[in-house]
Amino acid sequence: MSDVTPAATDEPAVPDIDLPSDAFDAVLDALADREAGDPLRFEGFSVVRSGEDDEKDSASAEDTAGGYVLVDGDRRTGLSERELHEALAEHAPAVTDWYVFERVVGEFGPRRAFLRWLEDADGATVAARYAALAEGIERAWGELTITATVTDRGERRYDVRHADDDGVPIDELDAYDDPLDARDLVTLDEKGRYRPLKTAPSLAGGWAFPDLGPRDAYEAVETIYPATVANWHREREGELDVNHWRETMARQSGIYGVVKTWDRGEGHEHVDWVAEACCDDSQCLKRREWQYDDETDLDVDGGDGVFPCREPCSVVVSAARKWTRLESEQPRTYEFELTPSEKEQVEDIIDAVADGRIDEIREADTKEGANRYRTRFLRAKLFDDEGNLGGVPAEPEGDGEE
Amino acid sequence: MQSLVIVAHGSHLNPESSAPTYDHADTIRATGAFDEVTTGFWKEEPHFREVLRTVEGDEIYVVPLFVSEGYFTEQVIPRELRLDGWDVSEWDSDGLSADQATLVAEDIGREVHYCGPVGTHRAMTDVIVRRAESVTGDPDVGDDFGLAVVGHGTERNENSAKAIEYHADRIAERDRFDEVRALYMDEDPEVDDLPEFFESDDVVLVPLFIADGYHTQEDIPEDVGLCEDHTEGYDVPETVDGTRIWYAGAVGTEPLMADVILERAADAGADLGTALDDVRETTRVATGD
Repeated sequence: MSDVTPAATDEPAVPDIDLPSDAFDAVLDALADREAGDPLRFEGFSVVRSGEDDEKDSASAEDTAGGYVLVDGDRRTGLSERELHEALAEHAPAVTDWYVFERVVGEFGPRRAFLRWLEDADGATVAARYAALAEGIERAWGELTITATVTDRGERRYDVRHADDDGVPIDELDAYDDPLDARDLVTLDEKGRYRPLKTAPSLAGGWAFPDLGPRDAYEAVETIYPATVANWHREREGELDVNHWRETMARQSGIYGVVKTWDRGEGHEHVDWVAEACCDDSQCLKRREWQYDDETDLDVDGGDGVFPCREPCSVVVSAARKWTRLESEQPRTYEFELTPSEKEQVEDIIDAVADGRIDEIREADTKEGANRYRTRFLRAKLFDDEGNLGGVPAEPEGDGEE
Repeated sequence: MQSLVIVAHGSHLNPESSAPTYDHADTIRATGAFDEVTTGFWKEEPHFREVLRTVEGDEIYVVPLFVSEGYFTEQVIPRELRLDGWDVSEWDSDGLSADQATLVAEDIGREVHYCGPVGTHRAMTDVIVRRAESVTGDPDVGDDFGLAVVGHGTERNENSAKAIEYHADRIAERDRFDEVRALYMDEDPEVDDLPEFFESDDVVLVPLFIADGYHTQEDIPEDVGLCEDHTEGYDVPETVDGTRIWYAGAVGTEPLMADVILERAADAGADLGTALDDVRETTRVATGD
């Protein structure tokens, strides 16, 4: 039954689909749960249990003979269960599509919306989707590529992997089937460093979940990027509860209570710097929707991520605590000399650290200001025995201020 | 549909911090007692703020994987979960007796059962004993052994010391170990002087912490004298001033902790079937090696 019908046009062919018994049984159950005459609707047709069936004892298949009506272009009445099966088999794509979303995926809002979005189920027809699923529908989610396909029984299967591994044969990747295994895949980056922020663009590749069902595909994505689907779903429903900087910091207590003192009613430049430091797309794949407050947007871009960021995260709050203390210091004037190239080199070093480039700078590439030999030379020349740049202490002697 | 949400501290710096939370969630998931088991964190994701919106069930049990009642269980978690009308009097606790409060979480508009922390539950006493069995490899450990239960002192949290004393007293009443002492990191009797408090040649030292991290891997081993510097490591047992100290590491990593999480949910009304028996059986210490 899996023979591919030659396509008469350039349109992708709708695959042949068998109607599996679990999908058919679910249709019978759904009809039994409905009042006679209340139609069960599929794309392009409906099925109804006719009224006279209620008069009978419908305990066995024989008793339901003649009890179903199928309405598509025609109206087929008096169908027995077997005849209904034959009729539905002609509509197997629509019936299996109904079964997948109504019975397998279920009602839970974020899961349902995400899996429908993957194949544009609220936009494209069943025929168009099944044709596309037969080829594989790819979607990006953060650094993930999710590929949805359909089996010849109308079941959905999903391949979830790092986008860098697109097109890599599965036998060259570590294959997993339990979505909870993703917890181990997201813990460390490719250099073995702990990832405190799951939505940082530092997900390591080399693995795949090649053959997940719908629920497991959703679980895998929510394990790799926790709560991103839930927040994306709320945003689509127009219900995303954004908590801006001011209210989030006002809520903090304990060691983080100090952060609210950083807002002094003198503008939000400091929060612009925080967002530029932590929330840029180069640092986090969430699209920042929170601003300074309800009426005041920040001056930096929120990013282009698929899923939203609804409030400053714990990494931002922790860093802000540090900055609140550091920014309470008063600036001073230090006097020491740098050559123009040394000033540029200091800038190069700051750029290299801020952009995470230090590992890319080759050992002997002394053209790079942040090269290790160049930096060691600068330290040898400019630091005194106490490690003071330019021989000038950070705190001048006799100054008791911390 | 019955859901369990385990909430824990987590860490921005230490990947091991969340490991016990995931392990216990897996143990409970395997019992099938809940339709879903999920985890939420203060320092990791999903955050306390967003974990409930990932939960599908209508009977939701939230169990804090914390050792004592205090700042986190009384202020931070209820605030971040947005438990409407929460007041610590909901628990009517003396610092040890918090059981559960049923409140609407504004985030999802559904009721949740907010349970007391695992560390103060009576079943936690068994986990401490089980930890002693694990670290000695002896399911009958007790004779000729002392047991030290160690935690923060009152400096950080008054109830922290209460929980330590509570479990130490309960273990002492069982007459299983020759001696049982509650010791503290920042007040007397201090864990630094452990050999002075015991006559037994062998003492099991069980820190009442949820996860291994700075306190259990650096502070306590150095304070007790198991090593000069934690990077050197230490043996189990390690002899200090003539006392063989069996250092157990964080009690929260013991698999039987899953049982305490279940007990908390059961006390709040969760229907667990045979899950409690299953967990006690699957997490048992094997006899011998």
